[in-house]
Amino acid sequence: MTHVLKIEDLHVNVGEKPILRGVDLTINHGETHALMGPNGSGKSTLGLAIMGHPGYEVIKGKISLDGKDVLAMEPDERAREGIFMAFQRPMAIPGVKMADFLRHATTNVRRPDRKEGEELIPMREFRKELKDKMSHLRMDVEFARRYVNDGFSGGEMKRAEILQLAMLQPKFALLDETDSGLDADAVRLASESIAEIGQGKMGLLIITHHDKLLEHNPPEFTHVMLGGRLVETGGRELADELHEHGYDRIRKAYPDAEAANQEMLAEEAAV
Amino acid sequence: MTQTTLTTFDQAGFDAFIESRVEPDWLLSMRREAWQHGSAMQWPERRHEEWIRTDIRAFQIGKYGVPTGTDGPESAVTDREQVHQLLQDVELAGRIETVDSQIVSESLDDAVAQRGVVFGSLSRLSETHPDLVRKHLFTAFDPDEDKFAALHAAFWSGGQILYVPRGVVLERPVHIGSILSEGGTDTTHTLIVLEEGAEATVLHESNGASANASGLHLGAVELIQKPGSHLRYVNLQEWGHKTYNFAQQKASVDRDATLQWTLAAMGSMLSKVNQTVDLVGAGANSQVNGVMFTEARQHIAYHTLQHHKAPECRSDFLYKAAQQDKSRTVWRGMIKVDKEAQKTDGYQRNDNLVLSNTSRADSIPGLEIEADDVRCTHGSTTAKVDEEQIFYARCRGFTRKEATRMIVSGFFQQIFDRISIESVREALAAAIARQVREYE
Repeated sequence: MTHVLKIEDLHVNVGEKPILRGVDLTINHGETHALMGPNGSGKSTLGLAIMGHPGYEVIKGKISLDGKDVLAMEPDERAREGIFMAFQRPMAIPGVKMADFLRHATTNVRRPDRKEGEELIPMREFRKELKDKMSHLRMDVEFARRYVNDGFSGGEMKRAEILQLAMLQPKFALLDETDSGLDADAVRLASESIAEIGQGKMGLLIITHHDKLLEHNPPEFTHVMLGGRLVETGGRELADELHEHGYDRIRKAYPDAEAANQEMLAEEAAV
Repeated sequence: MTQTTLTTFDQAGFDAFIESRVEPDWLLSMRREAWQHGSAMQWPERRHEEWIRTDIRAFQIGKYGVPTGTDGPESAVTDREQVHQLLQDVELAGRIETVDSQIVSESLDDAVAQRGVVFGSLSRLSETHPDLVRKHLFTAFDPDEDKFAALHAAFWSGGQILYVPRGVVLERPVHIGSILSEGGTDTTHTLIVLEEGAEATVLHESNGASANASGLHLGAVELIQKPGSHLRYVNLQEWGHKTYNFAQQKASVDRDATLQWTLAAMGSMLSKVNQTVDLVGAGANSQVNGVMFTEARQHIAYHTLQHHKAPECRSDFLYKAAQQDKSRTVWRGMIKVDKEAQKTDGYQRNDNLVLSNTSRADSIPGLEIEADDVRCTHGSTTAKVDEEQIFYARCRGFTRKEATRMIVSGFFQQIFDRISIESVREALAAAIARQVREYE
């Protein structure tokens, strides 16, 4: 059976403010989707809503994974069902080593029925796997001994997110600007890594402003978000066009969505 | 069962107590003097700076008996390995166990004893080694500090001494275990003396007979370090949750000596502890690692003083506290630098993690500097567990409870990173993990 992540007519508010205004998106396992759009259009909100962030209220619509109601699940249940998001701004957890964090996370995700307090993956087995994955990603083993995202540079945080993706092997991965803040070489490395880990092996939704991350991950589908809606869907060529010419054509073609986008940006600026 | 009597902390109680002691005269007269001072002293009042945040109006000393009788009753707790946390995977050079201030067992490795190390009952050794005890007893501790200190000086019982002679290095730690039975009183006095160049590690833990045991601890610790000595002192306090704990803990650290003092205050209903490190010789170095974790209606107050009396000394005090339910911690720290203590390097910090809306952390750092060439820094933070951290962890498959537990453990990790004894790190981590529960 092919896994399917299906989003239907999704409306999401933050507080009283509508951010997503009816999003429809179906991702099949093995597909790569690019999600593009100007700042403030709601791309990150879509990711956070799929993961179940408590500050993002779904007021209408459905999210399902293989027919199961994702909205009824707690965030950790979603993770255990195989949904992953690489955060644009990952949180630091001082005092908790990456290796310990990942061992616990990996155990929970691989053994979704594990009860709290039950055994974790054996240390030796886990260490070996982690070491292999890290060397594959050209990461220093010292990284595993550092505290989760604590004092990491922007680039280190993004690579740590990719390492987590590699360890957790989700069915669906939402990558929220995993290229931002990286220099050209680092983006290329990230792009290659994501392709190796995920291409064809999971459903990928790559949120990005640039085309560099897509270099090794040619999307079968490119979606453009504006004003909280997906206004256009195309193939790889749409991503190329947006990268080359920007969003002017889109903004003109969808004046209502553009107006909503401007309104959201203005509200964000006012906060 | 332990021997308890109905004699209380009054004149008749003191007379009966003195009657029961088999002690040299100099010691008895120290007690009499302390009683004379102490009985005349007023109980601390709330308007005193030290007691503004710590309310003892509900404390009635008349409810507690004076520890009488000599050493030797049987233990109220049969399985100490279960009660004590610091015994795991540690090979000891010596051990002493007390219940309600009465010594139930003591031992010291023969090879260690042959090198001149003295360890055991302070009462017993006051008789056999009077000069040694007399020379050091109450040299760091001040019986006139307040009424609690004076009462301790009058009524101390069943304490212990560790004496390490010049140049002797104790490779293995010694362990001191104190247990309070239900409603019991503990007035143990701990005296640790390291002569020049000596080294030792002391694991000291206090437990209630049950998690909810009532009782009274009126204790004191004196750590006396001669030049170039090195001491690691670990103090894990898990008195029962209906126990009052009043303690004076003082260290005196001489030239080029180092002290690493790790403490965890988890138990008691109300604790008021004065912890002082006096740096009395040039180049002395002290590090204090403090952990407090409170729940229910616990109140734990630490008043700390890092007193630089000599030049070029270093003091580095870090306290991390987490509060849950309706509990409260008070930390009031002071770095005091005397005029002659130039080139002082002083640091103090208190971080608090407030885990419920009804718990509270009071954090009052302070500096009093008379020298002009010093580096002193202090800081204090109070925060709640960040919901964004919890969400992030949940997106990686952690339940809310697992995420919170991990974040709280991480909060204390910075302290563990400073502790050089692995078994202590593990025992503290386990003690903390037992306290953490689910927070909404």
